[in-house]
Amino acid sequence: MAGSGGGKGEGRFALLLLLPAAVVVFGVVLYPVVRTFVVSLYDITSPMPGSYPFVGLDNYVKVFQDSAFYTVLGHTMYFTLVSTFLELTLGIAVALLLNAPLKARWLWRSIVVLPWALPTIVNGALWRWIYNGQYGALNGLLDTVGISDTPVQWLGTPFLALNMVIVADVWKNTSIVVFFILAGLQTIPDDLYEAARIDGASAWRGFWRITMPLLAPAIAVVLILRTIEAFKVFDIIYVMTGGGPASGTQTVAFYTYLQAFSNQLFGYGAALAYLIVLAVFALAMAYLRLLRQGQMAGVE
Amino acid sequence: MVRNSSTASEILAVRPSRRGFLIGGGAVGLAGLLAACGLGGGGEQGAAGSGKGDIRALFMKQAGYSEENINEMVSAFQKATPEIKVSADFVSYEALHDKIVAAAPAGTYDVVLIDVIWPAEFGSKNVVADVTNRWPASWEQQMLGGAVATPQYDGKFYGVPWILDTKYLFYNSAHLQKAGVDAAQLDTWDGVLDAARALKSGGVVEYPLIWSWQQAEALICDYAQLLGAFGGSFLDDSGQPAFQQEGGVQALEFMRQTIVDGLSNPTSTQSLEEDVRRVFSSGQASLALNWTYMYGLANDPAESQVPGDVQVLQTPSGPSGRPGVNGSMALAVAAGSQNQDAAWKFVEYVTSQQVQEKYALSSLPVWESSYDDPAVVKTNPAVVPQAKKQLGDLILRPQVESYNAMSQALQAEIQLALLGDKTPQQALDDAASKASSLLES
Amino acid sequence: MIGIHVAAVVMALVVLAPFAWLLISSVSPSAELLSPHPHWWPENPTLERYKAIFRSAPGEADVAANFRQAMVNSFIVATLTTLVSLVVGALGGYAFARLKFRFRRTSLFTFLAIYMLPPIALVIPLYLALANLDLLDTKTGLVITYCSIVTPFCLWTMSNYYLSLPADLEEAARVDGCTRLGALVRVILPLARPGLLTTGMFGFLLAWDEFLYSLIFTSTTQSKTIPVAIAEFTGKYSSDFGLIAAGGVLATVPPLVLALLFQRYIVGGLTSGAVKG
Repeated sequence: MAGSGGGKGEGRFALLLLLPAAVVVFGVVLYPVVRTFVVSLYDITSPMPGSYPFVGLDNYVKVFQDSAFYTVLGHTMYFTLVSTFLELTLGIAVALLLNAPLKARWLWRSIVVLPWALPTIVNGALWRWIYNGQYGALNGLLDTVGISDTPVQWLGTPFLALNMVIVADVWKNTSIVVFFILAGLQTIPDDLYEAARIDGASAWRGFWRITMPLLAPAIAVVLILRTIEAFKVFDIIYVMTGGGPASGTQTVAFYTYLQAFSNQLFGYGAALAYLIVLAVFALAMAYLRLLRQGQMAGVE
Repeated sequence: MVRNSSTASEILAVRPSRRGFLIGGGAVGLAGLLAACGLGGGGEQGAAGSGKGDIRALFMKQAGYSEENINEMVSAFQKATPEIKVSADFVSYEALHDKIVAAAPAGTYDVVLIDVIWPAEFGSKNVVADVTNRWPASWEQQMLGGAVATPQYDGKFYGVPWILDTKYLFYNSAHLQKAGVDAAQLDTWDGVLDAARALKSGGVVEYPLIWSWQQAEALICDYAQLLGAFGGSFLDDSGQPAFQQEGGVQALEFMRQTIVDGLSNPTSTQSLEEDVRRVFSSGQASLALNWTYMYGLANDPAESQVPGDVQVLQTPSGPSGRPGVNGSMALAVAAGSQNQDAAWKFVEYVTSQQVQEKYALSSLPVWESSYDDPAVVKTNPAVVPQAKKQLGDLILRPQVESYNAMSQALQAEIQLALLGDKTPQQALDDAASKASSLLES
Repeated sequence: MIGIHVAAVVMALVVLAPFAWLLISSVSPSAELLSPHPHWWPENPTLERYKAIFRSAPGEADVAANFRQAMVNSFIVATLTTLVSLVVGALGGYAFARLKFRFRRTSLFTFLAIYMLPPIALVIPLYLALANLDLLDTKTGLVITYCSIVTPFCLWTMSNYYLSLPADLEEAARVDGCTRLGALVRVILPLARPGLLTTGMFGFLLAWDEFLYSLIFTSTTQSKTIPVAIAEFTGKYSSDFGLIAAGGVLATVPPLVLALLFQRYIVGGLTSGAVKG
């Protein structure tokens, strides 16, 4: 009756192992999560106790009738897809580089850690400062190297501003991807590459046929994490643009904040929050499915 | 090889089954039903209390009175009133509103500092207490008009005015001299534009004007002041949006034109008050609207490259006068406070004429007679005479329950016009239609 | 060989340039920061901001002293959060990776769904709950709150990490007479050290970096954390980017030191362990 048997004993052991985590997490969030769900069914417009009308799923329906919601959802999807794509591509590239026989490898790895260690609030303030159209370093740099001496308003127009916020986010968050991929790379046995080399596979083919499929689990883990974080993006927007210009950098989480806090539409804000969870969930599932298909194709 | 791919596919196989989802969903729904009984049971209703004991007050870190000032006031109050113990918390302005909202149902705070745009919201949502009955009738005569209006909504008082402020016109006298501009012409907005053109064509600065036009409340403050000057109003007498009519549109056209003509710094649409101060203090702008605090900092050699050149004036007049935006703040008693009598005693003390005059250097008093007191005038000889003229003539932003949502709509539309994506008329029409639907609901 | 080193240098420049600018800004006098053409190197470098942060006595009502206390608070909160979350996450993650039980996927995704909820949605009910427990404005309150975010993260990364370990090891341990728990504690956890360290490192930053809960739940220096202290530098009427920069540089030090200390184990540990195939 070795490990793989399953059955009651295994279930009980799993319960024992999961109990502490369940207590730590649900002990804290169960009440708020349930209450927020209940709030989403009422038209609650004040934090104070009182009697508020029960509206069923009306708040959810209202979200879908709200044109501003589609706009901020569009920004959020764009932010999430572009930033995770860039973070992943750059992260894999840097991880491969750091895995190569570099001299003083520890030094390069330490450098990559730096942006990760910078708090998001400071990262936002730093990039707002760098992008400043009046005395920002980015315009200064373009001027110094002679590319352009007309200052660009990096955060001055909606779409450009959204992209510049993405750059700031990617600069900081690529490092977490690098480290997860780097760890994933260590589990790939060298003999696989040697076998492939004997087969005469090119480096590029080897990368797609061996490295990528074997990295799929590590990619899945970090892709899901980054997608969740990106979809919830709030702090960096709060610091860098406040949602402007012309609402061009408002994301779903920022919009939820405005509705629930500034405007005190708690029921509506709660409905928005739950829809965020559904949206991230759908995105995460789609990723996992894609990766699984990709991996199957690679292995076979 | 085999092991690796199997672990890999196992991870990827982790996906929820449909059945699992249904069961999970059912559990949440059940718990929700159970919890529904307790809805609204979480908070506490306020009480007058004994007039003694502990109270907690929420202040902000910036502007007006400093943390040191307030701590001194607290200890002086406790000396005079030993039966009440006050603890003061300080947060940044940006966090103040959200903190008040989050803390309201728990009754954490007894006294909270509120901005002039919040009495309607907090009053109607029962976050701060109605203190009309506690207000002595004499205060309405003794305080400046703008001060009295600050904590008022729907004929009731939701606090006592404490920090009085509006936006003034600051100019760089050295710049004006270089361009041969007489400061007297800054008395009107037309004169300001002429001055700006002269400063630009004279090559003194590239962009003479800088504003706080980021998508934030700061934008509405600047707009309000121009709206008043051009004779517009936010709402008409029946409470419907009116900013999309003549004066409101002219104000926005004026703003947009200064950008088109290259008179306003293009960073204005991404700037808050502090960014305005920075640009102005570094000598890269000659004219700016800002709150009182900029006078001291822009003349401080440690903070500024143009100390001594900074002068302050009343806001310029437009075709219809020169009201300043009311940027005041008031101290309110929290509706959830269990000790409202004690809280009121503390509010009465710190807003008293004697205490306010003592700290006039930090923030100008709300009491009219203070402005003739030589000791008060001496604290800030440049600002007090301007303030005395301006503070009697203030324009309020709409005192409506859904002000924040309305302001957000207006900010976004004004920005679209400033960026040239919509005409001012179109932008304001769109904002007005959003505002009307907010006012209805 | 030269190619990869050139690539590494390019990468280092992209990573370091913004950080260098942060460092330079923190030692530039305000006047130079506002120059229309950036002073790439300050003419009159100043350490005043750092001195202000270190010199003034605690309890004083100045931003810099609050900052120092906030560093201590953040460190305590993030460390405790990481320890708790890592322990419960490492145990629970093992169950998800290796054990077969009913609702396995459902429960894993329920934990993840909690991680997906934006904090804004939970702030007010959590505030009420903490107020009732007298935990508002305390480090304990923050630790409890943060554990609910960091634990799902740890569960997710650890369960995936266990899957990359060979299953036959624990079977061997079981054959040797270990109990299930014994096999986990004596064989698997030591092997999983690199995974634990990576997870712990990133979990630490989640807590170190958290902003919204701390902003709303804390109000005095006894519990305000670093992001809140730094956000207060950027207030309505008083912001000196140099001070934010100095704060940012200092706030980067503790996670960076941790990362450097553990880095060797994080990547190196994987290669030297029994993991490789």
